[in-house]
Amino acid sequence: MPETETGAVAVEEGSEATSGATIQLENLTKKYPGTPNPAVENVSMEIKAGETVIFVGPSGCGKSTTLKMINRLIEPTSGRIRIGDEDVTDIDPVKLRRKIGYAIQSSGLFPHMTVADNIALVPKMVGWSKSRVKDRVEEMLDLVGLDPREFHGRYPRQLSGGQQQRVGVARALAADPPVLLMDEPFGAVDPITRDHLQDELIRLQHELHKTIVFVTHDFDEAIKLGDRIAVLRERSHIAQFDTPEAILTNPTDDFVSGFVGAGAALKRLNLTRVRDVGIAEFPTVTVEDPLQTIFNKLRNGPHNELLMLDRQNRPYKWLRRGDLMRARGSLARAGQLVHDTVTRDATLHDALEAVLTDSGGRVAVTGRRGEFIGVVDMKTLMDNVQELLEADRLTAMEHQHELEEQRVHQTEQELEGGGSGV
Amino acid sequence: MSFWEYLNTRHQQLLTDAFQHVSAVFQCMVIATVLGVVIGVVSYRSGWGGSLAITSTATILTIPSLAAIGLLIPLVGLGVAPTVITLTLYGLLPIVRNSIVGLRGVDPSLVDAATGIGMSRTARLCRVELPLAWPPILTGIRVSTQMLMGIAAIAAYASGPGLGNEIFRGIASLGSANAINQVLAGTLGIVVLALLFDAAYVLLGRLTIPRGIRA
Repeated sequence: MPETETGAVAVEEGSEATSGATIQLENLTKKYPGTPNPAVENVSMEIKAGETVIFVGPSGCGKSTTLKMINRLIEPTSGRIRIGDEDVTDIDPVKLRRKIGYAIQSSGLFPHMTVADNIALVPKMVGWSKSRVKDRVEEMLDLVGLDPREFHGRYPRQLSGGQQQRVGVARALAADPPVLLMDEPFGAVDPITRDHLQDELIRLQHELHKTIVFVTHDFDEAIKLGDRIAVLRERSHIAQFDTPEAILTNPTDDFVSGFVGAGAALKRLNLTRVRDVGIAEFPTVTVEDPLQTIFNKLRNGPHNELLMLDRQNRPYKWLRRGDLMRARGSLARAGQLVHDTVTRDATLHDALEAVLTDSGGRVAVTGRRGEFIGVVDMKTLMDNVQELLEADRLTAMEHQHELEEQRVHQTEQELEGGGSGV
Repeated sequence: MSFWEYLNTRHQQLLTDAFQHVSAVFQCMVIATVLGVVIGVVSYRSGWGGSLAITSTATILTIPSLAAIGLLIPLVGLGVAPTVITLTLYGLLPIVRNSIVGLRGVDPSLVDAATGIGMSRTARLCRVELPLAWPPILTGIRVSTQMLMGIAAIAAYASGPGLGNEIFRGIASLGSANAINQVLAGTLGIVVLALLFDAAYVLLGRLTIPRGIRA
């Protein structure tokens, strides 16, 4: 599974920018005075370096509280927090927070400062030189896809919601922290902008390999962004902590499956790319081939259909055996134009969509410049999805087993330790 | 003697009084602003602390100013001292109240963001909360100044400086030739100065309120 490798890759590539650090939460508990039940109870988890972990759960389940305990905006009542190799539970919280990026809903930009001033805040606080801060601001604006010359001197209220959110992310990343905490950052923007911002975050993370902890109540957002997802129930109890694939195919209990919602198999299609399934070959001819060759190929070959490519090798027309006859030998009138193609980076969801709308039940796959690579048909899709789901189910069961063992171990320890720490 | 003739013959005296009036109000405003904002900063986070600050400054304002000055004379003597004390105390309420309201009105998510990106308490206060609360605080300062311009006239009762001397002299010699002119000159002088002050505050607002939050 590619997700498990990102951590290792991140460490290797971390020569220029700081890449992620591990985060370990040990028996974190938050109890507010005057309430019978703790808001967060005994949360333990290990987040790998360079991993994107999503906390997802119903409102009031304590996911935000858990997140805010990582940078100690909320001080834990008990438990330890380790970032990298350092125990940060007792260090100066102000210093700790400067090493952790923090992005929140509705961007949290300071309205009385320009975009550049907002981004420059943390680098200035940690004592970067003026020229370095200036360069960094330009670099960050560039990174989040905003033209530095245009946006540098603007005030937050002169930006759209999506632009504000981008600046918010730029500010969080400005001092190059290894860890980025995001508290429902895209909750307040419209669905289209949200989709763009999510794609943008995926791209950023691909470049930066930070350790990201992301809180949301939107499960679709979680499967789109997460390497792993922690589904939390009340008091931040971890119902399941696993890859999106595993959670989709094998939710541990009714609570998780209720959260996954209907159409888990369809959602699963979003997680696999066309490149990962078998792309079948298909007989082709080009528009420049003589009519007779095409004719012979159609009549003698095992297929009763051909794909005609144009001069740049791009899919042009589907040709069936009878087509040429009906068109009385005129190539221009014969066959069906190719309506839809998918790239190798398209999700299986997109591919299925294309296959369903195609009369022949298949779709041409193209490369970067639109050149023909192969086709995917309904049968390939079905077989692949079956296999994927089966594999997911097995890994999920394995993880489940491990988690249970861990829990048993933990309970044993607690019993032996006589409830120490809590 | 007509009012204009009066102004012409007495303009030296009037200008001195006007200058002293402005100077007394200005200096007391500086003290009141510093004190008021400090009281606001100290008390805005606690519910009862804020109420206490607002109630006590409001109580001060209900004491008749003439009585306040009169009561201060046996304690601190005549002249500048009772004037400064009274004016400063009277100027507190609008500033304290607007500081507290302004600081409490800062969007909690911004405070959260400021803390979250690693600002210390002082940095958060100076770089985020006070700048965002500045427009209401400035309004408080404006209201305070208008009020003090009038109250400063009473200070002449304790031999304090300012245009109040004109008014008191006029009232004391009612019926004499220049009595009305004196009262009128003092009063109009205060009104004109108050308007000038207000204009200065508009300018100050232009200069000090960041463009990003200007209405």
